[in-house]
Amino acid sequence: MTDYLRASAADLVAALEAGETTSVALTELFLDRIEAVDSAVHAFLHVDREGALAQAAASDARRAAGAPASVLDGVPIAVKDVLATEGLPTTCGSKILEGWIPPYDATVVTRLKEAGLPILGKTNMDEFAMGSSTEHSAYGPTRNPWDLDRIPGGSGGGSAAAVAAFEAPLAIGTDTGGSIRQPGAVTGTVGVKPTYGGVSRYGLVAMANSLDQAGPVSRTVLDSALLHEVIGGHDPRDSTSIKEPVGALAEAARQGASGDLSGLRVGVIKELGGEGYQAGVEASFRESLDLLVSAGAELVEVSCPSFVHALAAYYLIMPSEASSNLAKFDAMRYGLRVVPDGDPSAEDVMRASRDAGFGDEVKRRIILGTYALSSGYYDAYYGQAQKVRTLISRDFEAAFEKADVLVSPTAPTTAFKLGEKLDDPLAMYLNDLATIPANLAGVPGISLPSGLASEDGLPAGFQVLAPALADDRLYRVGAALETLLEKKWGGPLLAQAPSLDTGPGGRVGRSAPVSRPPYSTTGEMA
Amino acid sequence: MPEIPGSSSPRGTSGRIEISRDEVAHLADLARIDLSDAELEHLAPQLSVILESVASIAEVAADEIPPTSHALPLTNVFRDDVVTPGLTAEQALAMAPASEGQRFSVPRILGEEA
Repeated sequence: MTDYLRASAADLVAALEAGETTSVALTELFLDRIEAVDSAVHAFLHVDREGALAQAAASDARRAAGAPASVLDGVPIAVKDVLATEGLPTTCGSKILEGWIPPYDATVVTRLKEAGLPILGKTNMDEFAMGSSTEHSAYGPTRNPWDLDRIPGGSGGGSAAAVAAFEAPLAIGTDTGGSIRQPGAVTGTVGVKPTYGGVSRYGLVAMANSLDQAGPVSRTVLDSALLHEVIGGHDPRDSTSIKEPVGALAEAARQGASGDLSGLRVGVIKELGGEGYQAGVEASFRESLDLLVSAGAELVEVSCPSFVHALAAYYLIMPSEASSNLAKFDAMRYGLRVVPDGDPSAEDVMRASRDAGFGDEVKRRIILGTYALSSGYYDAYYGQAQKVRTLISRDFEAAFEKADVLVSPTAPTTAFKLGEKLDDPLAMYLNDLATIPANLAGVPGISLPSGLASEDGLPAGFQVLAPALADDRLYRVGAALETLLEKKWGGPLLAQAPSLDTGPGGRVGRSAPVSRPPYSTTGEMA
Repeated sequence: MPEIPGSSSPRGTSGRIEISRDEVAHLADLARIDLSDAELEHLAPQLSVILESVASIAEVAADEIPPTSHALPLTNVFRDDVVTPGLTAEQALAMAPASEGQRFSVPRILGEEA
């Protein structure tokens, strides 16, 4: 019998089509898994058992009538808590939105519902997507299923851990500087940041609106392609949405899985490696390069000299936009309202509410952004950073003349220990060194597992970048590499992850005491 | 754009960037966040370190380089001028901290001296 818990979404679709299982049975399977392991992993902030099962029953009815709504109809999914879900809490990992239930769906969520994917719940994240470890969540960190004492990456650590711990076959993430790809790398899963504008941002609570992009999180490259096709495409409600069809992405993945990359030019980015990169991560990266060559690809070294300034440009543009976007949390129309003693003015209430509702990292970035946008500093910081963005785009253009795709390790290191970098912002920021350039230029990128680093036995990620609107190349190259690697490993990398076996009582033991229930469920909101 | 009193223009890569506790307090004021003394003490040195690490940017791009604000050039994006449903007043007010009639209820807006 097929192990549906560990099967790919594509295999679940095949089982549904063959009538071997039902969406209700699959949804129950994943809900039970969440119940069994999430007290240890804490990937979810909210689980919607009732809603998911109702959506699953509707899916089964459609399929029985011979009219599935999409290829993925009936396959359950988890959604990052930064996307608005009508009737389901949406906190963005922040106290300022505790208990907020949006009156509308994000376009991505609308498309998931229209396509018939039951929504299991909302996944944990760094507050307002600010972080690389999910430790900045106001509701406590998510733990890496490979080692519960380590971070799952961030900001989308919840979505990546949910998929890695087999709590969901698919998830949605968002990527502003690497928040889909870096968690993918450190949890041994697949994550894709589409071309900026390729997936609607309507209903995605903005951190840095010129960089934010929602995308798929999965265990296989094909599954991400299938999900990307469901959520992608033009949306008139997002003025930055691209008016182009999403493209034949699953077809590209299937073609890539044949393992033939003859004629493909792969550019290795000189600047994304060396100092600061863990030896085992680089070794794993090199092994993947060898496999690409064995599949017929030609390696070329490319130089992107402006990439060394990407981190600095990012840490000016992102906080600037965030400080502006987060101004809407003013305690007047929704969210936390703290009323100080006496006869406070609206402004006093605002100040007190924002102090109580925002966590340390959010405050750091708002202050930094306010500084960078201040008179006398604007040209020197924000203005210059926007120019550096142009230089980075030009580097990409030049590199894509020499190569069809560019590659690098996704993150410089494997998962670090919880708490290790929590109060050292700069050390934390360095995790996104290799992922940030794609956000600044708007080009698409994928991370897929390249193996385990020799020094710690933890997953490392392989990043593929393509020109804007050429997202199909990510899937072709990603699927080819995945096929070659799995042949070498004798199966998926996640098969080597610890089992999180449920002990007596159905719950996983954990190293630290749980001070609160790991997630809320519909009907008993915190 | 708000002015930062008492601060000099940003320095290049070589100079140390210090952001004082008072400057952080002023920025927090502009950002409408009450920060406690402890938070100010904690944030000021961290912000100095971050600013120092991004300061190199001031000397990177030449004057003639145009700024990029969006990854793909899109201008004047309009949708068709057709009526689409919006939120009802009840939906919009459902999550308000306080409401009265069909409106958001807010604390007094004017200060004592106004």
